Amino acid sequence: MDVGQMQRQWLDYTRSLFIEGFLDNQFLQLQQLQDENNPEFVVEVVSLFFEDSERILKDLTFALDQQGVDFKKVDAHVHQLKGSSSSVGAQRVKNACIAFRNFCEEQNVEACLRCLQQVKQEYCLVKNKLETLFRLEQQIVAAGGSIPMMELSF
Amino acid sequence: MWFKAPESCNCIEPQWPADELLVKYQYISDFFIALAYFSIPLELIYFVKKSAVFPYRWVLVQFGAFIVLCGATHLINLWTFTIHTRTVAIVMTAAKVLTAVVSCITALMLVHIIPDLLSVKTRELFLKNKAAELDREMGLIRTQEETGRHVRMLTHEIRSTLDRHTILKTTLIELGRTLALEECALWMPTRTGLELQLAYTLRQQNPVGYTVPIHLPVINQVFSSNRAVKISPNCPVARLRPHTGKYMPGEVVAVRVPLLNLSNFQIYDWPEVSTRSYALMVLMLPSDSARQWHVHELELVEVVADQVAVALSHAAILEESMRARNMLMEQNVALDLARREAETAIHARNDFLAVMNHEMRTPMHAIIALSSLLQETELTAEQRLMVETILKSSNLLATLINDVLDLSRLEDGSLQLETTTFSLHSVFREVLSLIKPVASVKKLSLTLHLASDLPAYAVGDDKRLMQTILNVVGNAVKFSKEGSISISAIVAKPESFKDARIPEFHPVSSDNHFYLRVQVKDSGSGIHPQDIPKLFTKFAQSQAVTTKGPAGSGLGLAICRRFVNLMEGHIWIESEGIGKGCTVTFFVKLGIPDRSNESKLAFAPKVMGNHVTTNFGGLKVLVMDDNGVNRSVTKGLLLHLGCDVTAAGSSEECLRIISPEHRVVFMDVCTGLDGYELAIRIQEKFKKRQDRPLIVALTGNTNKVTKENCMRVGMDGLILKPVSVDKMRGVLSELLEHRVLFEAI
Repeated sequence: MDVGQMQRQWLDYTRSLFIEGFLDNQFLQLQQLQDENNPEFVVEVVSLFFEDSERILKDLTFALDQQGVDFKKVDAHVHQLKGSSSSVGAQRVKNACIAFRNFCEEQNVEACLRCLQQVKQEYCLVKNKLETLFRLEQQIVAAGGSIPMMELSF
Repeated sequence: MWFKAPESCNCIEPQWPADELLVKYQYISDFFIALAYFSIPLELIYFVKKSAVFPYRWVLVQFGAFIVLCGATHLINLWTFTIHTRTVAIVMTAAKVLTAVVSCITALMLVHIIPDLLSVKTRELFLKNKAAELDREMGLIRTQEETGRHVRMLTHEIRSTLDRHTILKTTLIELGRTLALEECALWMPTRTGLELQLAYTLRQQNPVGYTVPIHLPVINQVFSSNRAVKISPNCPVARLRPHTGKYMPGEVVAVRVPLLNLSNFQIYDWPEVSTRSYALMVLMLPSDSARQWHVHELELVEVVADQVAVALSHAAILEESMRARNMLMEQNVALDLARREAETAIHARNDFLAVMNHEMRTPMHAIIALSSLLQETELTAEQRLMVETILKSSNLLATLINDVLDLSRLEDGSLQLETTTFSLHSVFREVLSLIKPVASVKKLSLTLHLASDLPAYAVGDDKRLMQTILNVVGNAVKFSKEGSISISAIVAKPESFKDARIPEFHPVSSDNHFYLRVQVKDSGSGIHPQDIPKLFTKFAQSQAVTTKGPAGSGLGLAICRRFVNLMEGHIWIESEGIGKGCTVTFFVKLGIPDRSNESKLAFAPKVMGNHVTTNFGGLKVLVMDDNGVNRSVTKGLLLHLGCDVTAAGSSEECLRIISPEHRVVFMDVCTGLDGYELAIRIQEKFKKRQDRPLIVALTGNTNKVTKENCMRVGMDGLILKPVSVDKMRGVLSELLEHRVLFEAI
């Protein structure tokens, strides 16, 4: 595959991610911040996101497993996750977190557990997608091309 | 005549032929009688024919018949002297009979006619009298008409001028001419009113100042009536020329001339007769002329005197108005001069102030700046004390200079308030932070209460508002030795304006403005109610000041009041007495920034234009966020914009790292109260507003409570997450330009 093809593939893939709602405008903003001073910005941030999220999800699982669920703590965690996911533009994760928080307020353990599952699922999905995207980028860069600028008109 | 009837013949013979002489005389007489008798009717007829107005023609005819018959009788009688025939006798008898008849009839008629004729005579007499009367009246009218003509002519002459002298002189001349007077004189009352002075004469050119006392009986007599009065030629006013005794002086008449007393046009009503002043006009007929004053002449004189009075009063009014006009002109000139002098003085003062302002401030600045710098160096305790005193004193002096300059500009009216949009909360917070050290040293507690409906932003002169609040609070602190000071600020409702204490204050509420009411209560030494009015006058010190603190220049409250008035407000002090503390309250009018102002602050990326710095050139900023991802994103964003970013993960770390070099601190306030607490602590760390970095909250919370909390703790800005590059760029530009930015929620 030549560079052009790879770039087109990258573009299509990215576009599909947006269309399917995995990513939102914030991700584009992140991409805009990537420049020669900060060439790996997006990857760095996303990696940070992955680390953070996994930690939070572990904590959440632990908290909801308890006998007396500390909803305040659960809410705090979910809030964190919501913040991180909205910072990177992981839209579906963010939405799941919003729903999660509502149930936290209601103090509905069952619903919270269900939400936790949902969040985990979304997280896994977006993680895979982003990892695929980054692999594509690496291939393009290795082949000597440059990552095209995404201009989406939503 | 008798006749006897003859016995023998028809002839009649006369008895005595010896009486022939007698008969002859009878005969002649009869003849003449007949002649007369025949000629009288002829004459009558002739003259009646001639006259044509004789009404009794019928009578004449009768009379004529009678006379004719009488004549006939006598004529026929002529024939009876000699022997006459019977025919003659018959004719004679017939004639006599007829005559008898006619004369009887005539006699009867005359009884009727003669009274008529007599009455005609009386009527004629009556008519003659009437004619004589009419003649007299005609004469009167003619003279009156002539008089009127004279008067009109005189009046015309007199009134043709408004000059007093001309009026009087003309009067005398014309009168002299019209009435052919020998001498005519006018006596005027002197200033004292006790004498009459000879003012004008007709013949004598320059009358020497004869004076006559005014209360002579003859003068009183003339003055008491408005008619021309005949006076004796020997009385003092009439004796103008040395009496040579050879001639008989002509009759003299005097009349009064009312004078108008005018001063400053003050005639409220025509003065009563007793207070009027009169001049005396004396007219003398030529001596040795045996002329008498006729009534119409006297009337002429009276009319002329009245006219002269009117003319004189007009002249007097004219003189008065000329005088008033001259006076006004003089006053005008004087006022103009005074005004120019005042203007020059003001200019001189302004120049002086401008120069002094600059000249005094420059060394002042040097002293203050260098002392501050000196303070930062290593000093011994003693030196430090000295430097602090220098600094304090020079600050005071600088304040005083500023105050004086401000006050003079305030009095000029040349001070204009600057209008900006500013944060009300930050003004109060700053005042608090400035006063807190002093208050805490004196162990006074300071509380601030801001109403919840207080707008976040206001439009007005924040510098001067702060100066006012600072002054008031400063006074409260200065004059309190212990206790507490409370400051409260609310939005004034219209009801609170109907305060009896501020009767002249009638604010008008409108959509764009609100009235801020600030009240500062202290529990200090209080003020005597009598001293309260003096407080606002400049340079007046209260006698009850016992504190040894820095004495006020006395200008502070005066300036406060001026500022408050400029802001269309009102300030007043209440105190219940010495030792009972006092309360200062003031209203000021501030504008409400409309939504467009706020949304101007909430920029749209499209409106960036060319006043946006795309690269913020190493602007030092600090990011505080406990969420690692968020922290990196924000950091990356700011790095992309060219800032020099330091990131902190916690409040403590932030406080450790923060320095005056950081211009902006972005802190996340999503996580509980940490952010607010941090904001407060940062503000405490940096005393001066200029030094500390701008504190901006980043939050994903889109509710008003968050915004209010941010404002309350004194943050300078709030931005909603997520933040795009453009948005951040705009935010930074706006922040650096306006030093405040609250995004519309």
